[in-house]
Amino acid sequence: MIKQDITQYKNVWVFIEHNDGKIERVSLELLSKGAELAKDLNCEVCAFTVGDKVEQFAKEVGEYGAKKFYIIENPVLKEYRTEPWRDSIVYLIDKYKPEVALIGATTLGRDLAGTVATKLSAGLTADTTALDVDPSNKNLLMTRPTFGGNLMATIFCPDNRPQMSTVRPGVFKAVKNPTTPEVIKDKYEITEDQIVKKIIEKVQTGEEKVNLSFYEVIVSGGKGIGKKENLKLLEDLANALGGTWAVSRKVVQAGWAPQSRQVGQTGQTVHPKIYIAAGISGAVQHVAGMKSSDIIIAINTDPQAPIFEVATYGIVGDCLQILPKMTEMFKQKLVK
Amino acid sequence: MRKKDFDVIIVGAGPAGLAAGYVLAKAKVNVAIIERGTFPGSKNVMGGIFYRKALDDLIPEFYKEAPLERHIIEQKMWFISEDSVFSTGIKSEKFNKEPYNCFSVFRAKFDKWFAQKVQEAGALIINETVVKDPIIENGKVVGIRTDRPDGDLYCDCVIAADGVNSFLAKSLGLREKITPNKVAVAVKEIIGLPENVINDRFGVSSDSDGVTIEITGPYFEGMESMGFIYTNKNSLSIGVGTIIEDLIEHKVNPNDLIEKFKTHPAIAPLIAGGETKEYLAHMIPEGGYYTVPKLYTDGLMVAGDAAMLVNSVHREGSNLAIESGKLAARTYLEAKDKNDFSAKALSAYQAKMEESFVLKDLKMYRNLPHLLEEKRYLLTKYPQLIIDSMYSIYNVDGVSKPDKIKNIKDKVKKEFGYWNLAKDMFTLWRKLG
Amino acid sequence: MHSLVFIKQVPDAAQVRVDYETGTLIREGVPAIINPFDTHAIEAAVQIKDKFGGSVSVLCMGPPMADEALKKALAMGADNVFLLSDRVFAGSDTLATSYALWAGAQKVIQEVGPVDIFWAGKQAIDGDTAQTGPGIATRFDVPLVTYAVEIKEVDPSAKKIQIVRLLEGGTETVEVPMPCMITTEETLNHIRFAPLPYLIKAAKTPVVLLNSSNTTIDASQCGLKNSPTKVKKAFTPPKRERGEMIEGSLDEIISVVYEKIEPMLKQLGRV
Repeated sequence: MIKQDITQYKNVWVFIEHNDGKIERVSLELLSKGAELAKDLNCEVCAFTVGDKVEQFAKEVGEYGAKKFYIIENPVLKEYRTEPWRDSIVYLIDKYKPEVALIGATTLGRDLAGTVATKLSAGLTADTTALDVDPSNKNLLMTRPTFGGNLMATIFCPDNRPQMSTVRPGVFKAVKNPTTPEVIKDKYEITEDQIVKKIIEKVQTGEEKVNLSFYEVIVSGGKGIGKKENLKLLEDLANALGGTWAVSRKVVQAGWAPQSRQVGQTGQTVHPKIYIAAGISGAVQHVAGMKSSDIIIAINTDPQAPIFEVATYGIVGDCLQILPKMTEMFKQKLVK
Repeated sequence: MRKKDFDVIIVGAGPAGLAAGYVLAKAKVNVAIIERGTFPGSKNVMGGIFYRKALDDLIPEFYKEAPLERHIIEQKMWFISEDSVFSTGIKSEKFNKEPYNCFSVFRAKFDKWFAQKVQEAGALIINETVVKDPIIENGKVVGIRTDRPDGDLYCDCVIAADGVNSFLAKSLGLREKITPNKVAVAVKEIIGLPENVINDRFGVSSDSDGVTIEITGPYFEGMESMGFIYTNKNSLSIGVGTIIEDLIEHKVNPNDLIEKFKTHPAIAPLIAGGETKEYLAHMIPEGGYYTVPKLYTDGLMVAGDAAMLVNSVHREGSNLAIESGKLAARTYLEAKDKNDFSAKALSAYQAKMEESFVLKDLKMYRNLPHLLEEKRYLLTKYPQLIIDSMYSIYNVDGVSKPDKIKNIKDKVKKEFGYWNLAKDMFTLWRKLG
Repeated sequence: MHSLVFIKQVPDAAQVRVDYETGTLIREGVPAIINPFDTHAIEAAVQIKDKFGGSVSVLCMGPPMADEALKKALAMGADNVFLLSDRVFAGSDTLATSYALWAGAQKVIQEVGPVDIFWAGKQAIDGDTAQTGPGIATRFDVPLVTYAVEIKEVDPSAKKIQIVRLLEGGTETVEVPMPCMITTEETLNHIRFAPLPYLIKAAKTPVVLLNSSNTTIDASQCGLKNSPTKVKKAFTPPKRERGEMIEGSLDEIISVVYEKIEPMLKQLGRV
């Protein structure tokens, strides 16, 4: 293993993920947490990113406390592609030597982080749900779920820098802490013909393939919703709450919804802030896919349904009545 | 000349199939064994006692490397009623010396080991594949059809070792549909207990010495049931097998039956504090000699449970299976010399089986299933009589011994009649061998 | 075309139970399986072989019993399988693991030939990091395509491949030259019921054993000692207990629910 002089490395860096001119919220959440960590580590929290036109983000990253904003602008970096983004970011990290680098555990983040860490021979911890500083040696302590959430592990990285971590969206809160960041614009020379990967097309939410773990509110239905037409009730409530709808395996097997909407052991594992389980009995295989949700609200006509054993709030009742009423009420109270 | 994929295809990688595969592979025959489970043993269940002799003949001193639990040094027989047990049995130092008589085993582990040996000998084992039909040409079995795409295989000879529910034996008309009075369902639990606790409770001095208990009696309310408790290294195998017809007639759920069994005052202390680690269930052939099908046809022989080769009186099945697999394999080798796999050539298998302990033992007990069906009370009244008599004789309550004997005699006279008792004894004497 | 699939044998995470008293996992009796995402990678590679010809190699790093996973891979249609097993790997984190697999793969390339497509499942269901595939791609310096849900077009002569990836809220189609690394989603394909000839071939094919003595693996990059990340502690999350039952009229229930979730909705910016 390459021995590094870790005293050379300073500051907490947060990757700013952006799409279509907008910063992903997880990056702002990480800036806030990064500021806390920087305090414990007696250093600064800085933002970094690459792209085509990214200097415009300086103001917003400043609002969330970034003291410095390291950027590389290059037209070939307009759309995310693993290799050129990796190489330009590795260049930045190699040059400016942060001791910590945090990246949101989004599809992009998880695609990017592993390649960057490998190039840097850095230690990377994925899908972290807690970050702390070890008071005795100032190492970053990164806690993450394994075995589908059945076992938690706290990881540290004593000898390699930067200490890298991808962090799930919604774990930390985005807190404004306005400052004016110093923009440090660097150059990474790379041309389009040096990049072998081409993006052919991008398609917005095709029904066939939806990434449920992106959503923080999920309204999920089981066999208890009765028929295919009632999926609309899930969708309506989901829209009112700003989330998405999902189903249990029985619904997919009944042919009412595609497999891409399935939560569970053979479907997707989700950990939204709010999971509403309507007409779902709570079989072990389904629960395995959603039990680390923050708030679980279960609606079922059967008071003995196993779902109530894991729900934060349980309602014994008919979801076909409860869902539309919820939608009606929530629509009035929530922003569009 | 149609090409063949293998010389012999064996259906089922249980003891019969594996034994046949071993003999054939060792003789450099191109043999494949088709197994429907994920691995050999995954679908196999038996009470748990494996006899050394039949396999030792094939793989000498196999017990030195095979995964075995305890070697059995005591075999007990219990008659139980609701509140009592009449116990008999034999424990011997002779059982405690190599090469040992029998062992408690876990089929999943043991069969896996055995299958490994068979593969090392050169046989191919294909798992997770179900044989659906025989392939028949000109009235001869020339291969098998499986449930997989491109799933037909051709061979000289098929050995059907596909278990108690043998589809092949049925579809070829070798045997009839099994009726509920010819087959039992056995439910078994593995209950974990520390080795030293087992040693203490069963009176053995080391964790390699084992005990078996076979249990029947009026406790089972007139059903033809056999319970058992076997010691493994650090667990007990406990279970009950009952003729399916009895379960239907008495409306008893076998799971409820084993739960009740575990609460019997003589049994509960043996399993106290244990943790149930596994549940298993399986069908067991019970019909005996008269249910053994025709063992061969053109291009095919039947072995193991598929041929209903279980001697439930002596709790022997896997050794009969191994022996039958061995003999089927040897029959093939003889047939190969003449390149004749017709029914006539394969009839030598039937002859070998009749010469061996397999059919000789089954023949001896051939009338027992029917006898028990006719006279169910053999399992209730007589054991109860023995229990009551033993209790009376041992109970010192002031009644004189001559009076006690008189009471017993009166009871026999009243409940059975001396003539009936004599008749039953004579019938048993005649019908058994 | 030659595909090389990296697989891992894992305990079936859905069957793993938590011992809340000791704070550990009960792994006894939990069957070992091929990481489900990897099975879809094997299936994809075999389907490409079926269509365009070539061969499928599979490499697995694990303990000796992981040869069962490789036997299953053979039964799915793989041609050559390799088990990379050596005590020197014990305790490897993802960086050390991607190194070992990269080094082991060199041997596969030497034995079988250059690789056109590297495959891996998107993540392992025990570690859940999704880092090893990207790490191997980086070491081989080949373009990485993660979260593949569809192989759209393969052009063996031009050595190009189009893959559809799953993104939040949509998909993206990328085109990369071969060789490349693809990590697979479960929805990429359905595992077919393999034809019998595959199983027969599998029963005849040995698992090739690789370790530090017959590969160019540098032990100083392997194992616990040489892994940048280390586990400080492992613990079980708090057991989810039965929560609060909300009762009352329909309107009352809904009001209470709203009350309970309002703080969270505020945090999400929905209020």
